[in-house]
Amino acid sequence: MTRTRIATVWLDGCSGCHMSFLDIDERLLALADQIDLVYSPLVDCKDFPDQVDVTLVEGAVSSEEDLEKISHIRARTRLLVSLGDCAVTGNVPSLRNSVGAEAVLQRAYLDPALLNPQIPDLVVPRLLPVVRPIHSVVKVDLYVPGCPPAADTIYYVVTELLAGRIPDIADKTRFGA
Amino acid sequence: MTRVFTLTIDDREATGREDETILQVARDHGITIPRLCQLDGLSNIGACRLCVVEVRGVPKLLPACTTFINEGMEVYTNSERLQKYRRTIIEMLFAEGNHICSVCVANGHCELQSMAIQLGVDHISLPYFYPKRTVDASHERYALDRNRCILCTRCVRVCAEIEGAHTWDLMARGSQTTVITDLHQPWGTSESCTSCGKCVQVCPTGALFEKGNAVGEMTKHNSFLKTLAEMRENDK
Repeated sequence: MTRTRIATVWLDGCSGCHMSFLDIDERLLALADQIDLVYSPLVDCKDFPDQVDVTLVEGAVSSEEDLEKISHIRARTRLLVSLGDCAVTGNVPSLRNSVGAEAVLQRAYLDPALLNPQIPDLVVPRLLPVVRPIHSVVKVDLYVPGCPPAADTIYYVVTELLAGRIPDIADKTRFGA
Repeated sequence: MTRVFTLTIDDREATGREDETILQVARDHGITIPRLCQLDGLSNIGACRLCVVEVRGVPKLLPACTTFINEGMEVYTNSERLQKYRRTIIEMLFAEGNHICSVCVANGHCELQSMAIQLGVDHISLPYFYPKRTVDASHERYALDRNRCILCTRCVRVCAEIEGAHTWDLMARGSQTTVITDLHQPWGTSESCTSCGKCVQVCPTGALFEKGNAVGEMTKHNSFLKTLAEMRENDK
């Protein structure tokens, strides 16, 4: 039996969705028998591989790096899942959208600096002017809102996908859940 | 002499008085039509358009909360077309404001949020506006966050019609429309506001809230409204 190739990605989010994923606890062991976790903050793999069956994306698209990553990932993923409110709506990262990226950088890097204030433009990726949900940048196949979606919701989504079904999350989660 | 009409709603026989709306009669017969701006005890204005229904022979959609029933009317409340329009309305409300459920005082107790769930809105396909809107926290006990306002005008109506103060009103037009207190001055300096808090309790979202509430703590209690309206009706 070929195992389903699953990846998880962490863009602009707090990692809470990944924590919730880990919160499915001992059921992870049963899942581990059915999947290959080919890329994730939880495994040591530097490059996003080809031919991934399912990718769970946590976080919004906030920086040039996020934008590049998600396009790369979309091209190598069969079924892309927006996991959690940041991926689905922009959520907390998008709070900056009504004031702009400049104001945020000013507040974080310039205002508090006592010596040689500067905005980093090497190593740290540049912010995009507007934080956007995943589906406004690439095609998304399934939306799982929640902040974070409950462990049971994530387990349900993954097991349904493994069974070859598209999960119906209508009564399982919501924005802000 | 009030006449009684017979009609069908979703192919089911229904009866109601001539002074009743489609929304009321549908509800009397166990059919719930989604709505956000309508609230029992306040006047009906058909602002949110969520309650639009199809009536045979009428080419346009009609808001159920402001359309009175008629003899032989054939009403359809839940066609695929209506469901699609309602989802779009919810998406437009989300896209037009700055609704961040996870950090909202009304998270879990918000009518916009629960309507999104009920209608199956799991993402907003329209582009977000990210408007720049203001917060008014000048009142001693309450605050207004315009980012979460959907312009249902329940606050305007409860203040004018029930409390009789008419502190709230609308200013400007289109997407620039905003709720204001008195002559667009800080709420805390309003001379007409009685601080009764009715506006806070009828607000369907976290736009109006009591100070001191953290995320998800602001529950709304608007059952007083029906009681007050009934008492006034009996007094007539």
